[in-house]
Parts: sequence; C-alpha cells; structure tokens
Amino acid sequence: MIDNSMTPGMIFLSASLINNIILMQFLGLCSFFGVSTNIKNSASMGLAVTFVAVMAGVVSWAVYHLVLVPFQITFLRTAVFVLTIASLVQLEEMFIKKYVPPLYSAMGIYLPLITTNCAILAVAFLNIDYSLSLLNTVVHSFAVAFGYVIAIVLFAGLREHLVLAPVPKSLRGYPLAFFLASLMSLAFMGFKGLFGL
Amino acid sequence: MSSDKFNHKPAKLNDFLYGILRGNPVLVLMIGLCPVLAVSTTLFNGVGMSVAVAFVLVGSNLIISLVRKYTPQQIRIPIFIIIISTFVTVADYVIKAYSPQLYRQLGVFIPLIVVNCVIIGRAEAFAYRNKAWSSVLDGIGTSIGFLIVLFFISALREFFGMGSLLGNQLISKPALIMAMPPGGFITIGALMALLTFLRKKR
Repeated sequence: MIDNSMTPGMIFLSASLINNIILMQFLGLCSFFGVSTNIKNSASMGLAVTFVAVMAGVVSWAVYHLVLVPFQITFLRTAVFVLTIASLVQLEEMFIKKYVPPLYSAMGIYLPLITTNCAILAVAFLNIDYSLSLLNTVVHSFAVAFGYVIAIVLFAGLREHLVLAPVPKSLRGYPLAFFLASLMSLAFMGFKGLFGL
Repeated sequence: MSSDKFNHKPAKLNDFLYGILRGNPVLVLMIGLCPVLAVSTTLFNGVGMSVAVAFVLVGSNLIISLVRKYTPQQIRIPIFIIIISTFVTVADYVIKAYSPQLYRQLGVFIPLIVVNCVIIGRAEAFAYRNKAWSSVLDGIGTSIGFLIVLFFISALREFFGMGSLLGNQLISKPALIMAMPPGGFITIGALMALLTFLRKKR
C-alpha cells in the first residue's frame, strides 16, 4: 500500500516494479495485448501512456481537491474524471499536432485509444484513494506509467520472437501471449520484498 | 445482428444468445479483460463483479436505447459515458453500503467498470441502433456471457489457489500461485487454448 509517509523514491519503486500496473494489478490489459506485436509500436504506446498518465494524474488531483471536495460532490468523481481525461486527451492531441509534429507522428494514433485505457483512469482513482500529496501524485503517476512501459516493451520483445516458434496450433496467438504474460508476472513477483516494500 | 437473413431463430432470441456464444465478450472478442483477471481470485468476488457489470450493462443499454432518437451523432460518446457512469456510481454506493467486504476486495475495479469496453461496446454497437426491449435482452445476454466466463475462471482459481469453493475448504494443500497474478494469466490462456482446440476439432 502506498501512502504519503513513503519517500518519493520508495513510491516510485513500489508503483513501477513491485505493484506493476499490468503484471500485478491487471490494468490496461486491452492495450497490453493489442499493441504489443512489435517493439516500436509498444514504445510509442508507452510514451503516449506516460504523457497522458502524468497529465491526467495532476489534473484529476486538482479537480478533486479544488472543485469536488469544496463543493462536497465527491460522489460525482467517476463521471467527472472520465470526462476530464477524455477532454484532456483531446486537447493534448490538438496541441501536439500543432506544436510538436514529430511527437505526434510517433504517438498520435495511440492518443485517442488511451481515453478508454483503464490504467489511466485507475491512476487518477488511486492517487485519490491513497490520498497522496501533489508531489507524490506526480511521482506515483509517472511510476505507474514507467511500469507500463517496462512491461509492454519487454513483452513485445519476447512476442516478436515467439512468432517464429513452432507451437501447437491451438496455442498460437493469444493463448501463448497469456502464458508468456503469466511467466513475466511470475518474474515480477520476485521484486516483492525489495527494500522491505 | 437482430435480423440475419439466413438465421431462422426469432430475432429476439438471437439478440439474447449473441452475447453468450458467438459474441462472448471475454473469450471471443477479447474485451473487458482487466476485471476478469483482477477480481477472479475467489468465486464470491467473481460473481459479485459480474452482478455489478450486469446491472450497469442492462441499465445503460436500456437508457441509451430510450434516448437514442434525441442523441446527436457527434456527441454520442460523451452522452454514453455520462449515462454509464451514473449507473456505475449507483453500483459503487450500493456495494459499499450492503457488502463492505466485497467493496474492499473489488476496490478500484468498481469505478473502473465505466471504461469497461464491453459496456461502451454494446452501447455503440447495439443499444444506439435498436429498440429498448432488444437492448435489454442484449444486455442480459452479454452479462450472462460475462458471468459464465468469470464464474469458470474464478471457480478454477479459487479451487486450485486456495483449495476452497465459496469459502468451504475442499483440499488441504492448494497451489497458492493460482490465486496470485500469474495464475490469472495462465487460467485464461488455458481456457482460450481449450476453446480453440475444441473449435478446430469440430
């Protein structure tokens, strides 16, 4: 469990490796299995997720503490967060397209997909559930996204090789990908207990 | 979906059956995976989650279908999201009030129903184009499809991982790994491989 008493470094380790968002918490699986057919696409997706997760984390934190809490309408957080993140993604897409075209060509098509990525919304909820401070929110959001990047890039690297492997017909495609994810998740369980976390 | 020329089943029955078999959200369409893997550690959690999803899916399908004539094409997605998140908020508070134990176990996955692709997928693909009654049937069918998968996965994982079913101890030395994250991936992978195998054999 992450809370404000931990140092930012500890929060980073805990959120990126020990409680890895994909392999330990099962969030963002649709994109994890959908996009990870090659390393390049996975890296672009990871970049887009990192970008949006940090922005969404900060904005949703601000909306929650500056709007929802003072007006005592915290029960609306589900609807408000989804709409905030959806409009934020739209805004970012326009901004990047106009001012940073190279970045847009690298991650453009992945941005709209991210609106419905549960990893992003989960980050926003978890920041609130753990009642993190603003600094810790930034660290935590970034760490979760970093964990996502590590997992998806490693997974894509392995999957690229598996395409050539002679496996039984029934296992080809998704079933094998799930077995692979299982083994990776087993490996990530090895991080448990690191620095007493 | 609703009126297939070469399908002789009545249209209503077909709406109902689609989500259970041909369009099973998890095993065939590969959507809505996150909650399936995350909450399937025990049968109780799995069924609890399915009921929550069913409530949201049927409710949102009904409302979206009722207001579809007044929903402009361009802003339909935000409207879907608002309707869905209303039901999710209701589910969230009902579970919190009546079963704090389930609420603790499901945690962040209850509010996350709002981005479950199954629900927004049915809203977009079915409820927005069909009559209210068909949409409710579609919602019930898809929910049952979701429930069946979650039931099997969580029963398998609870039995092998904790040696129990609904909390009744059955075997004494379970393989704990099945209740942990790797067990979730391997169970669904095996289930999918089995389905592919059976389909090829036929």
